[in-house]
Amino acid sequence: MGPLIPNGVITGDWDFVIALLIGIAFGFILEASGFSSSRNIAGVFYGYNFVVLRVFFTAVIVAMTGLLFFDYFGWIELDKIFILPTYLTPMIVGSIIMGFGFLLGGFCPGTSYTAIAIGKLDGIVFTIGLFLGIFLFSETFPLFKDFYYSGFLGNVTLTDVTGIPAAWFAFAFTVIALASFWFTMIIEKHIRKKITEYKF
Amino acid sequence: MGLLVILTVYITGRGLGASGAVKSAVVTTADAIVPIHAHTNPYYSKFISSDKSPMYNWLVFESLGIFFGGLLSGVIFRRVKKIRVERSPKITNKTRLTAALIGGILFGIGSQFGRGCSSGAALSGSATFSFGGVIVMLVLFGTGYAIAGLFKKLWI
Repeated sequence: MGPLIPNGVITGDWDFVIALLIGIAFGFILEASGFSSSRNIAGVFYGYNFVVLRVFFTAVIVAMTGLLFFDYFGWIELDKIFILPTYLTPMIVGSIIMGFGFLLGGFCPGTSYTAIAIGKLDGIVFTIGLFLGIFLFSETFPLFKDFYYSGFLGNVTLTDVTGIPAAWFAFAFTVIALASFWFTMIIEKHIRKKITEYKF
Repeated sequence: MGLLVILTVYITGRGLGASGAVKSAVVTTADAIVPIHAHTNPYYSKFISSDKSPMYNWLVFESLGIFFGGLLSGVIFRRVKKIRVERSPKITNKTRLTAALIGGILFGIGSQFGRGCSSGAALSGSATFSFGGVIVMLVLFGTGYAIAGLFKKLWI
């Protein structure tokens, strides 16, 4: 029967009430995980705090596995869910730009909203930056319109590209995630002993 | 968080997001101030429809929710305090805020090319087995590790 909204089980303006409730749950989890702090987030790149990796990887493997089970039990029609389209080159370039933004800003968009909520000026400034960045992008869009639409592969999944069934990817991600949890725990312990600039 | 992604996909057929709300705000502002320009610009005009404001959008309501959810958690865990800047003791507030502004600008630009940010593309995209989503996740975090040394002073 799922997904509920595309299948018309939930209709009309409930959409936005649900959006607000889902957002609240998302914001609560982000803040409670410590993501309203840019220094907690940046820790994943310096080895003193791997909370981002733990939360992110756990979310991805739980969601991947869960969706496969929902499909298996017939609760959701996976062919009706939205698959993010792939524009290979612009996506790679965009992610590199975002990588720089991440290291300089210490937030990503979602986490900066929760930083604002608890009174962080750096979160407010980051969000203003997002606004300016998207404004700059839109104003100069005609210049790189062709690039923006280049490398289009369609709304493809990992399975469409490689021919390997989705379950194998869920399994591989789970193994990689569990190995990285163990490995990063050791790194974190080791690095925390040496760092004095950051309190835990 | 994983359960929330499943629930969101189960209800709405798509995942979470965050940068889309700011995009809607930019489009709305442009449309309000210089409507002719907004309608002729090939990027803005993709998101303008005649009957509804671009703010009447799923991601805008969801992002408002992110703010209130963050506030709720902040109140419960006593992290809501007066306006302040969080930074490494090695840098000044001004450095931190400049870096945050530039970081935001880059993230804003990058998320448009990437068709989403860490929530929409990397998290929800990967969780729904999207090839592009996994690419964004790998390249975004990969770049982070590759350049971390350059910005070490900002953090530790």
